[in-house]
Amino acid sequence: MAELSEQAEFSGQAGLSGQAGLSGQAGLSGQAGLAGPAAGSRLLDGLRAYRLIAGMWIRSTMAYRASFVMTTFGNFVSSGLDFVAILLMFSRVDALGGYPLPEIALLYGLSNAAFGLADLAIGSMDRLGRRVRDGTLDILLVRPAPVLAQVAADRFALRRLGRVIQGSLVLGWALTRLDVDWTPLKLLLMPVTVVSGCGIFCAVFVAGAAFQFWAQDASEVQNAFTYGGTTLLQYPPTVFGKELVRGVTFILPLAFVNWLPALYVLGRPYPLDLPRWTAFTPPLVAVVCCALAGAAWRVGLRSYRSTGN
Amino acid sequence: MAVDGAGGTDGVGGMDGAGGGFIEVDRVEKVFEVRRKTGFLRRERRQVRAVDGISFGVARGEMVGYIGPNGAGKSTTIKMLTGILTPSGGRLRVAGIDPSRERTRLAQRIGVVFGQRTTLWWDLPLIDSYRLMHRMYRIPDARYRANLDRCVELLELGALLDVPVRQLSLGQRMRGDIAAALLHDPEVLYLDEPTIGLDVVSKAKVRGFLRDLNAERGTTVLLTTHDLQDIEQLCSRVMVIDHGRLVYDGPLAGLHEAGESERTLVVDLERELPPIELPSARVVRVEGPRQWLAFPAGESAAALVARIAAEYPLVDLSVREPDIEAVIGRMYAEKAVS
Repeated sequence: MAELSEQAEFSGQAGLSGQAGLSGQAGLSGQAGLAGPAAGSRLLDGLRAYRLIAGMWIRSTMAYRASFVMTTFGNFVSSGLDFVAILLMFSRVDALGGYPLPEIALLYGLSNAAFGLADLAIGSMDRLGRRVRDGTLDILLVRPAPVLAQVAADRFALRRLGRVIQGSLVLGWALTRLDVDWTPLKLLLMPVTVVSGCGIFCAVFVAGAAFQFWAQDASEVQNAFTYGGTTLLQYPPTVFGKELVRGVTFILPLAFVNWLPALYVLGRPYPLDLPRWTAFTPPLVAVVCCALAGAAWRVGLRSYRSTGN
Repeated sequence: MAVDGAGGTDGVGGMDGAGGGFIEVDRVEKVFEVRRKTGFLRRERRQVRAVDGISFGVARGEMVGYIGPNGAGKSTTIKMLTGILTPSGGRLRVAGIDPSRERTRLAQRIGVVFGQRTTLWWDLPLIDSYRLMHRMYRIPDARYRANLDRCVELLELGALLDVPVRQLSLGQRMRGDIAAALLHDPEVLYLDEPTIGLDVVSKAKVRGFLRDLNAERGTTVLLTTHDLQDIEQLCSRVMVIDHGRLVYDGPLAGLHEAGESERTLVVDLERELPPIELPSARVVRVEGPRQWLAFPAGESAAALVARIAAEYPLVDLSVREPDIEAVIGRMYAEKAVS
């Protein structure tokens, strides 16, 4: 009974102080916490928070304009240098693992464009460990926005466009030089591959960040999979050992980022005798990876909130 | 919210006196598992009860000081009240909301200021951080403008709005952080060490503002601090936590009584002299020409200083307020004796 009257009194006060509008909105975002139909609104909330925070970081970088121009250029050049290394190799040999230069450029372009996009979008998630250590994660937890979106947008760095541009240029060059019978299906496969690859790398970033709830200094491990992974994918599977190829196909499915679709377009044999249709599975693989990474994130965040630091 | 209320009648029953209602904490516990390396791969698990069955209630509009030594469980309690941490046991409600379950919904109704960690954007002008709050909290335009104007006026932020946060002094930044926490009209404001590291003038400004906020808007305020003066000037009620348990809940005067706290007068004399002998103070330490005298916190230092100045060759002096650790230490000593 006392509880009831208290509730009534409370809502009366809220109305008085003019917070009716606010609590209406709060109710909306509160429902987002429940599973089901509200999941969509939660996603929208997350995207909105991501955009707001990324915008703040862009403005922050623009406070140092000259530095921004130089680091973007630096990013472009440094990501371009490993392609220069490939070019140098081809001045000595005609093929690498049986693949001529335009075919290697296709692998390189697809992998770098996909990774570049993921790196641009959420590449700073590996800073989560630092936030856990110095306690600044708590600041994100008291804001009315999903933590994942806030962490994903953390330190958003537009300079990472450098790698996306560089990867796209190489990809464009490769597409004009390849000796391939282009069909609409093969053409369509190219953008689909880049987007799916981006999704797979994003999942690796999120899963890596989730791992940092437990091991705060694990960002180097994550880099091995992301930066290391993209370098690996610049070369055809034929130059690697079977065990490694098996690992990046079935355990950490990086092979779906570019190898399988590219080998389909090139009409080359797949590694591990995989069936031809696997070239069209990257979107599915990306969705599954993202779902798993999302689950890992939730477990990690729950663990943080129950153990603190 | 109505569902929460109906299901939670047991919480109110367990509450003892002291208002109750707006913030309800009922036998709340937080147990951490600490793993320690004891060998190359062997680890020892140990449970730490950071908060060990705390119950209290805070009524709407109250201003409460929450104090205790480092590691006593203050921050853990605040983190549970703000939804950052999930309690291991007990029941907790803020404005009828279960903080850990509905974190984002609660966030719309509370303001949090962490003294050591800023929510402001380092490289951007102060106003940019406020614009972000405006949009992130979906504050209606008119209300945002009114609240911002008010904060800018009362916290004297006008000249700072276009200054990048990294160029602000600690005191300015703290005022900026407090404003950021209030733009969405929170019903309760949590402050974690709001005056730490501030100079005397900044402390006075922050305290004055909080007092007005509480008086005019009826905002409920819960603050943790190491500075007893914060409590003296702001809070009618103080809660002391130690080893995860609430050891005192009541007015500050009662705490002084319970702890029989003493202030310390440090005097520098012209030369080494035998300990000063006065009825109202006792010498606790002598180091060359410097002497430490303890006297009851309730008494004026002026009379004591006047007598010493009259009878001894006084060169310099300073008065030290009792710190919370000392007060609490004495409370325990007291308990042990009685």
